[in-house]
Amino acid sequence: MINSKHFFQGFSSIRKIDSPAIALGCCFIAIGVLLKNLGFSIQESIFSTLLTYALPGSLVMAESLLVGASLLNIFIAVWLVNARLYPMTVSLMPLLMHESQPRWKYYLSCHFIAVSAWLIMKSNYQSVEKENRIDYWIGIGTATWSVAIIGTIIGFISSEYLNKDIMIGLAIVNPVYFMCMMIGAMKTIQISISVILGAILGPAFYFISPEWCVLYGGFVAGTIAYFIGEKK
Amino acid sequence: MTTSIVLAILVTSLATYLSRFLGVVSSEKIKETSKIFKWFNCLAYSTLAALIARIVIFPSGALSESDYVIRIIVLIVSILVFYVTKRNLVYPTILSAIILTFLNGYYG
Repeated sequence: MINSKHFFQGFSSIRKIDSPAIALGCCFIAIGVLLKNLGFSIQESIFSTLLTYALPGSLVMAESLLVGASLLNIFIAVWLVNARLYPMTVSLMPLLMHESQPRWKYYLSCHFIAVSAWLIMKSNYQSVEKENRIDYWIGIGTATWSVAIIGTIIGFISSEYLNKDIMIGLAIVNPVYFMCMMIGAMKTIQISISVILGAILGPAFYFISPEWCVLYGGFVAGTIAYFIGEKK
Repeated sequence: MTTSIVLAILVTSLATYLSRFLGVVSSEKIKETSKIFKWFNCLAYSTLAALIARIVIFPSGALSESDYVIRIIVLIVSILVFYVTKRNLVYPTILSAIILTFLNGYYG
């Protein structure tokens, strides 16, 4: 069903030099603390990371619960903030699809699409033959997912010992990791322009719409980068 | 477990899975060599860059309690460390947390 050799190859990506484990662990420790302070039980915290496994979504849920938003409001807010997962899926799954593989694997393993696993897969996919890529991807996804769950548990348990300064320190690790990974991925003109313009336009659109700035900025930057890359 | 929290978790996970699911549905018709794939590739990277830049410049939560000048200094130092250590990701990430905690403690 799942080829264990390729699965474990993918799984061991969290032990490599570009491992997302530290960054991912840090931010899910922060989530564990946040959920505990919100009044979640440990089961609910684990359940949340297990089912959502996308950091900004969990943050939005926490903020919405704090202000007592309705379920519909939570749905819309989370969908909005996690809509970036759509272009991420579309730019990853065609690389993994192979007619010899059953389709349920794609529909189940898309749950693992989150920035960390996605960046690792994007930088490694060429080293795996196409028909084995999905098993490799499931390996990466299982590994990063496990780190996220362990992080949540550690955060929940240790929340009393983590002061404000440590929490601020934990919060910067994730953006720094992702920024470095993205710079490492800037190998073509299209990706380089996408990353640089996106980093400028995302915050710039904040002045127009704080809620939509990431999607607006990303859309405009990515489209400009595409056309510049095509012309060259 | 309290029902409202469980419902909130379920709603959150559904809203998140929706984008992933629709992404796979669209992927079935998109070839990796097509122009639309290239365009989505640009969109994915630019949206991520926009998200990360937004988190650093206009953060919510714990990060918003630090000064933005300090955050930008930490980010620049981390990127330099990333280059100096031949693209090692462990050093810049660990250092960033230490530098930010330190700077924030003294100047924050």
